[in-house]
Amino acid sequence: MIEVLEQGGHGVPDLTDRPLPQVDNVSSTYWSGAAQGALLFQQCPACGHRQFYPRAMCTACAADTEWKQALGRGTVHTFTVIRQNMASPWDRLLPYVVAIVELEEGPRMMSNITHCDVDDVRVDMPVECYAVAVEDGLAIPFWRPVQSERTERGRSA
Amino acid sequence: MGDRTPVIAGIGLSDHPIAPELDAMQHHVLAMQRALADSGIEKSEIDGYMSTGGGRGTESGVAMAEYLGIDHRWVDSTMTGGSSFEFYVQHATAAIREGYCDTVLITYGSDFLSQQGRSLGTSGFQQPGERVAGALQYEAPYGNVLVGAYAMAARRHMHEFGTTSEQLAEIAVAVRKHAQLNPNARYRDPLTIDDVVSSRMIADPLHMYDCCSITDGGGAVIVTTAERAEDLRTPPVYVLGAAGAQTHWNISQMGDFTTTAAATSGPEAFAQAGVRPEDIDTVQLYDSFTITVLLMLEDLGFCAKGDGGAFVEDGALALGGKLPLNTDGGGLSACHPGMRGIFLLIEASRQLRGEAGDAQVPDAELALACGSGGWLSCIGTVVLGKEHP
Repeated sequence: MIEVLEQGGHGVPDLTDRPLPQVDNVSSTYWSGAAQGALLFQQCPACGHRQFYPRAMCTACAADTEWKQALGRGTVHTFTVIRQNMASPWDRLLPYVVAIVELEEGPRMMSNITHCDVDDVRVDMPVECYAVAVEDGLAIPFWRPVQSERTERGRSA
Repeated sequence: MGDRTPVIAGIGLSDHPIAPELDAMQHHVLAMQRALADSGIEKSEIDGYMSTGGGRGTESGVAMAEYLGIDHRWVDSTMTGGSSFEFYVQHATAAIREGYCDTVLITYGSDFLSQQGRSLGTSGFQQPGERVAGALQYEAPYGNVLVGAYAMAARRHMHEFGTTSEQLAEIAVAVRKHAQLNPNARYRDPLTIDDVVSSRMIADPLHMYDCCSITDGGGAVIVTTAERAEDLRTPPVYVLGAAGAQTHWNISQMGDFTTTAAATSGPEAFAQAGVRPEDIDTVQLYDSFTITVLLMLEDLGFCAKGDGGAFVEDGALALGGKLPLNTDGGGLSACHPGMRGIFLLIEASRQLRGEAGDAQVPDAELALACGSGGWLSCIGTVVLGKEHP
């Protein structure tokens, strides 16, 4: 399970004015899973393919997929530090890290890396997932360095 | 049937880099008028039309066709982003070879700089608090920007292969040298590697001068048969190969951040043309960012994967170097109105026609245009030649 935290706590993002998901038939399982502390991805019972983002079918073989719960551990596959974004609310949050995180289970997802200085983020850095509650049935997953790697709270998105 | 070998028979540019007096549709019009005049082909001969649309009520190809008054029997609004125009050449050559149409007009026009400023690379695509549907709902909460997508590819390339910011800067410096030869280029001041790597970081590891300009501009290309081009006033440029491929659309779905679909479309275009990378005299590559060029050079086979950094060193891409790049000053320094693909075809054609002036590559016989659309997503490769295949 992953921690589900309230917005704006110690190093936890305040999601005010961020674009948020328009929950649909497929994504509702993912977002409500996160709200309940379960980070979900899809696995194909026919061919074993694992995928993220969630779709209505397996991208490898077109079969129906099943949901699997991830451990919530991963590594930074690649990242950038956004230092210029003129749009609200991002202009107030600079600089912040946008990363592609690879789950231990394989699939990758975009997220922010929080709870560390932006200059401390590295490719292959081990990270853990937590979710920030938005409303009933919706929480947004974020990632932070695993405890052993975490620095004193730096700027975070 | 006569000789249906596809050729580029006409090219036209609208006005750039700053043209506040023109809206997007007027850019299409001006470019079309100039391409028609360039070729000597009558507008009434156009029976194929390809465009991503023009904005302000003409967002589709067919709306733009109506505005331009094109009576087509073959239309294509494929939207792969900035590489749409290389994909159009692929589609146009297939249609012409098969006889579905004889003469295809491709147009593009954008008033991006005058209407929206330089916001493309570093503003969100959503409004504050917007609810975002579809695949982007999984990215939008995290505040990525266009530059950030390319930055993540650059970061991964640096991690895997040791590529440096100085090597990426070589690309910007070479292109700027060519912009200095183009009076219509957006930026013409001298630029050094040190200038690039000491410029403001926009999205690590990409600096300001790793990022392209934003301009106004438009272009048009007319593709027809070798038979039709025989008695035209300008020499035909032969389409020897044209291929397109896609690896993803949204950046989070890029499987290998160091390899683009040019690794598929490049070899296919080369195979059609029956030539190899070392035969190419000049390349016009989509320089949205320096990393875009580096990845393409590797994926197209000009060097091995991972060797791009070393390949571009010591001015290799400047005129006089082993592979002159973007001889019009590219998107980095000359012209990038949001989608740059058509300008690659136009500059490659100018080179093969021997019309590139001070930026002419001596004896240029083979040129390659490679466009990237989306976020390194859809890559179209076109091989052009001076001689009939």
